[in-house]
Amino acid sequence: MDELLREYMPILVFLAIAVALGAGFLIAALVAAPSAPDAEKNSAYECGFGAFDDARRQFDVRFYLVSILFIIFDLEVAFCFPWAVALGQIGVFGFWSMTVFLGVLTVGFIYEWKNGALEWE
Amino acid sequence: MLIQAIAFYGFAGIAIAAAFMVIASRNPVHSVLFLILTFFSAAGLFVLLGAEFVAMILIVVYVGAVAVLFLFVVMMLDINFTELRQGFLQYLPIGATIGLILLVELLLVLGVWVTAPDVDAIVAAPTPALSVAHNTKALGLLIYTKYVYLFQASGMVLLVAMIGAIVLTLRKREGVRRQDISRQVARTPETGMAVVQVASGQGLVGAEYYVGPSARDNAIHQKAGE
Repeated sequence: MDELLREYMPILVFLAIAVALGAGFLIAALVAAPSAPDAEKNSAYECGFGAFDDARRQFDVRFYLVSILFIIFDLEVAFCFPWAVALGQIGVFGFWSMTVFLGVLTVGFIYEWKNGALEWE
Repeated sequence: MLIQAIAFYGFAGIAIAAAFMVIASRNPVHSVLFLILTFFSAAGLFVLLGAEFVAMILIVVYVGAVAVLFLFVVMMLDINFTELRQGFLQYLPIGATIGLILLVELLLVLGVWVTAPDVDAIVAAPTPALSVAHNTKALGLLIYTKYVYLFQASGMVLLVAMIGAIVLTLRKREGVRRQDISRQVARTPETGMAVVQVASGQGLVGAEYYVGPSARDNAIHQKAGE
């Protein structure tokens, strides 16, 4: 266990540096930078024309579809990692188990391709 | 060992503080960002437990994807933030009940752990020592053979989620000009161009002609410039 954690030591060091650096810059800006805000400075900047409205307006639902399809295939790939590592020991049964799993998801993939869910307009 | 303890208390403290800010911050988008911070801290705790794979999956799946999805949901719903705050007292009883049930469940799990120390012996799939197999391999040895039905069931759940998302949200727009490369390539000067004799002062009345994308763009820009 200790050996494993020792390998993560550089990541912890980087994490500490990143947090210290980020917090340092924010605090330095808060303390040292001159600040004279007015309505024009605080409004959203749009190149060429006045801002239409609030940035947090409703999205088209198709963005949601894209991201949820992404998550599903993300999970599918996540299942592949332990399988690839352990494939030498789980044998033929493990191989076909994964093949059936991928086959089921390929059915879904064909469905969404044929339905046009992968096309934008 | 000291560094491990410092890292544990650091991650745990940040996780609890960020989890509190998820429910305490006024802006739902800030809540989602604090949720991402909570996931990150939980991933750090998983690494400290030796569960590397779970930690990485937590970052890849939850932080990368689910949090983005939360942001989309927050932005897609037309939430009036001030109205949202007013329902606090109305939802307090049900929220407190759910929180209490969760607390009791956690206490029961911990209590069993304390009152029955030999419960380790009946664990169905004990975690192997790190020298035998690391976390990813230990999971790989179990998921695809011993828990094959659950594994296939998870595949089915993903399939249902995929089809459900498509059925619920896919809508086809009519009258959209899609790019069709084979049609573009098949276009010749004969099919794409017509020479018309225009009588003086008459114009092209009734003649079919194509309004190109540049004309449409100009119209959009004029509208935006108003």
